[in-house]
Amino acid sequence: MKKLLPAMLLLVALSAQADNYRLPKNAAFEEECTSCHMAFPPQMLHADSWRAMMNDLSKHFGTDASLDEKRRVAIADFLVANSGGRKTGTTRDAAGKPLLRITETDRFDKKHREINAATFKRASIKSPANCTACHAQAAAGDYNERSIIIPK
Amino acid sequence: MRYSLIIAALFIAASAQAETPRDFLTRFEKEAGSPASAERGARFFTAKQGGEWSCASCHTDKPTQAGRHAKTDKPITPLAPAANAERFTDAAKVDKWFRRNCNDTVNRLCSAQEKADVMAWLLALK
Repeated sequence: MKKLLPAMLLLVALSAQADNYRLPKNAAFEEECTSCHMAFPPQMLHADSWRAMMNDLSKHFGTDASLDEKRRVAIADFLVANSGGRKTGTTRDAAGKPLLRITETDRFDKKHREINAATFKRASIKSPANCTACHAQAAAGDYNERSIIIPK
Repeated sequence: MRYSLIIAALFIAASAQAETPRDFLTRFEKEAGSPASAERGARFFTAKQGGEWSCASCHTDKPTQAGRHAKTDKPITPLAPAANAERFTDAAKVDKWFRRNCNDTVNRLCSAQEKADVMAWLLALK
């Protein structure tokens, strides 16, 4: 047991760390994706989701986010290489299509179970996709519990 | 031979140089085949053109000031060259954003005349 304790402490420390995402550097990803929204960590979606999203950029959640082919392929490759795999939970919707919204993943759902729908609709938050409304350091990959401030 | 190579390299360097906002007005007017109207540009920019958003939905109707993305709320730096020296200095960016934003606001690509008019208005803002 005594020998197990350090190992257990380490596990606890590691699981607390899980709310931090290392944002890999990629100039094209930063320039293109953050002109309209913050950089969502690539680890938050499965590779299939990124592939599907990057294949339909001219209809990107209702807006045209189309890119030249060279950049599109480069950013898709980057997202797939850094994707979250199965850690995101179920990767497909009921119709078998890859999930496109991070907010539809099991992981998001599990992490936000205590937040009710009305809170997400507050004027200060607007939508569950607006990470920085509550996770002030989200753009830097910090989703730690202690960095959360839920605005009124 | 060596001199002509140097001259050719100079030409390439010159053509790769950044554009100025006025270059785009000239280019669009030439493509349209008629002069731009800042007044028409202002109307086009600030009124909805069939889509859910107008240009002003994100860039505000006074684009010397900062705007916000109508959906994501992300801050957008001023669009008017008088307020933001980085705007309209890169042809690839200008073409990319006219393509995307015209599809979002007009549900089609903008004509050269529409782009010339908007450029004329943006350049007139102080």
